[in-house]
Amino acid sequence: MDFLNGITLITNYIIIPGLTYGSQLALGALGITIIYSVLRFSNFAHGEFMSFGAMSSILLSWLFISLGFTLHPLPTAIIVLPIAIMLTISYCIIIDKFIFKFYRKQNSKSVINLIVSIGVMFFTGGLIRFIVGPGDRNFFDGERFILKARAFKNITGLNEGLTLKTTQGITIILSILLVILLFWFLNKTKTGKSMRAYSDNKELALLSGINPEKVVLITWIITGTLACVAGTLYGLDKSYKPFTYLHLVLPIFSAAIVGGVGNPVGAIIGGFVIAFSELIITFAYKKIFFYFLPSNFVPEGLLQILSTDYKIAISFLILVLVLLIKPTGIYKGKII
Amino acid sequence: MANASRIKILYILMTLTLLFVGFFQSWNVALTIFNLCLISSIMTLGINIQWGNAGIVNFGVMGFAALGGLANIIISMPPTQNAWKVGGEIIIIGLLIFTLSIIFSIIFFKKSNLNNKIKYLISFAFIISGYFIMRLLVDAPIEKIEAIEPAKTGYLGGFNLPVLLSWPVGGLLAAFSAFIIGKISLGLRSDYLAIATLGISEIIIYFLKNEDWLSRGVKNVNGLPRPVPYEIELQSKEWVLKVSDYLDTPITELSSIIVKLSYSILFCTVLLIVLFLLEIAVKSPWGRMMRAIRDNEVSANAMGKNIKQRHLQVFIIGSAIVGLAGAMLTTLDGQFTPVSYQPLRYTFLIWIMVIVGGSGNNFGSIIGGFLIWFFWVQSEPLGLWFISQITTHISDANIIKSHLLENAAHIRLMFMGMILLITLRFAPKGLIPEVKR
Repeated sequence: MDFLNGITLITNYIIIPGLTYGSQLALGALGITIIYSVLRFSNFAHGEFMSFGAMSSILLSWLFISLGFTLHPLPTAIIVLPIAIMLTISYCIIIDKFIFKFYRKQNSKSVINLIVSIGVMFFTGGLIRFIVGPGDRNFFDGERFILKARAFKNITGLNEGLTLKTTQGITIILSILLVILLFWFLNKTKTGKSMRAYSDNKELALLSGINPEKVVLITWIITGTLACVAGTLYGLDKSYKPFTYLHLVLPIFSAAIVGGVGNPVGAIIGGFVIAFSELIITFAYKKIFFYFLPSNFVPEGLLQILSTDYKIAISFLILVLVLLIKPTGIYKGKII
Repeated sequence: MANASRIKILYILMTLTLLFVGFFQSWNVALTIFNLCLISSIMTLGINIQWGNAGIVNFGVMGFAALGGLANIIISMPPTQNAWKVGGEIIIIGLLIFTLSIIFSIIFFKKSNLNNKIKYLISFAFIISGYFIMRLLVDAPIEKIEAIEPAKTGYLGGFNLPVLLSWPVGGLLAAFSAFIIGKISLGLRSDYLAIATLGISEIIIYFLKNEDWLSRGVKNVNGLPRPVPYEIELQSKEWVLKVSDYLDTPITELSSIIVKLSYSILFCTVLLIVLFLLEIAVKSPWGRMMRAIRDNEVSANAMGKNIKQRHLQVFIIGSAIVGLAGAMLTTLDGQFTPVSYQPLRYTFLIWIMVIVGGSGNNFGSIIGGFLIWFFWVQSEPLGLWFISQITTHISDANIIKSHLLENAAHIRLMFMGMILLITLRFAPKGLIPEVKR
């Protein structure tokens, strides 16, 4: 029984939150990686693109709720997601047309593009705060839990409860679907292959008749989709606040680099590595030892490796470690 | 000579704008803006020597500034006597053990001939065991120290030395950490370096936010000593009363103006010294070498220049200047608030100053710092005015109008973004371009 209790405890506090947060980070990191491998710059504005996507979902959800279009057990945000994705994609394409295109044509250095993306970050951040304000917005409606702690205890008779929030379920399922779709697109379709060719060797791709503008357009479409879904899921799961998205860009970058920038598989792995290490390092192990060890061996104290206040700093710690040991990341990405 | 006349015109315009604020808003506001402008331009100078002259992207501005702020606490606050009795030394010993374990594992890693994987494992084991020994030693005293009058002290305190000393110490502290950060990350190329410095500076700020025994964390350290007299003291001085009568200004206002003016004089002195030294450095063979490395690393390497060393050097110098400015900022505020160091906002604000002023030109950096800080402060009222101008024809009851007015303050982020984007697009060299030598 103790063993099962321990397992449940780990599942409840580490595995499920880790999978959820990891998927959100992975989707974000995928966006950054794809921009990097095709357009060759680190896009600091990605966090704000995610925020933009979440904001579109929020505004549309409010509209739909006021019109009465809801899908009860599921949050309304799921229905409006396709429209929000369209909005985010349009925003990305507009930004590209007016800002990034100029530097692409000039063949600017990637640092210049990076600084440009900071300008875009400021602008987008201001725009978002201007539209929805800086405050907290909760836009979750529908059933809150798939599995409640008490129900789980009643069914299994264990001491430890297991909860599964609807948002967590949705996040994991949607991320899996999106990732499968993305990999199918990149590996099986002609457009996806042309994109990969373009990212591998630009000159050769141009010689073989690949239209660069089309590749760029598709890149932004993918990025916009990923950003909007990731942003909306993150907002649904924790509540939406523009400021948190500004900070989210850092763990996302860590995830992309840890996995290997420019490598989609790496980005996903990196997202989960960051998410799980944040949870594992800041978890208080006292209870687990209580279940797994004989009672007179249980040590005192909370048994945390680092206090929870350091949660976000851990992603940078891992980033620094990876940069020291293997700068190309877990999966060899492009060396910047 | 186009540059010289540009410098003159821009500096005169900036002075006039500040005077305008002084005459029409108030001298207090003008001096507050002026002081922060001075500090921002010193930070900008620090980043400019890295980016403009050596092409190093340092996004760790706020981390170094926070370290400068920490120097204020360490130097100028009185020590908490009880804290040292209950085990302040043990904390120092614990930290020392951890540091030694890291140094030892690095030395081991460099010297040993073992297989790479085993080397990683062993050095990792060293660091981990060092960490746990430190935790074992340190946890109890930290708890005790933080329990000493948590509302007032609850930290180790400082050395009770004059606060002006904390400025150079802040610079040194920043320089020292820049040395470590540089060792870790300078081998990386631009994009990675940018993210690595941003991440490390975030770690520094998190450390200062959460280690209450050192910096009181989010409880802030208030009442840092000042290098200038307090307003209350001034108000009882004879000459202040006379000046107040003569100028016909209320004594409270005058005293705070005098305080701010004395800060301005101090900051101006520092700015001029830094500027003077940097100008010498940039004009010297060393500056020429830095630019050669920036423009073509490969050929500079072929000429026998040690690029890694030079990059490390300039990284340390620039970061030290940022740390100095950070110490000055905390002295001006009179309190250390770790929460106020928001990397994603203020770091990039400094970067906008560098780019707009003109990367590679020290005079440009100064004007960039002044202009952008001025806009950053004034764009809030400007945004409000702008929105209320557009919406004058809409009735006050309209929801959209009230919403717009409510959020008008955030328009300044948009302003900043647009200023940066417009500069990069139409004047990529900035207001005062780099001098062609």
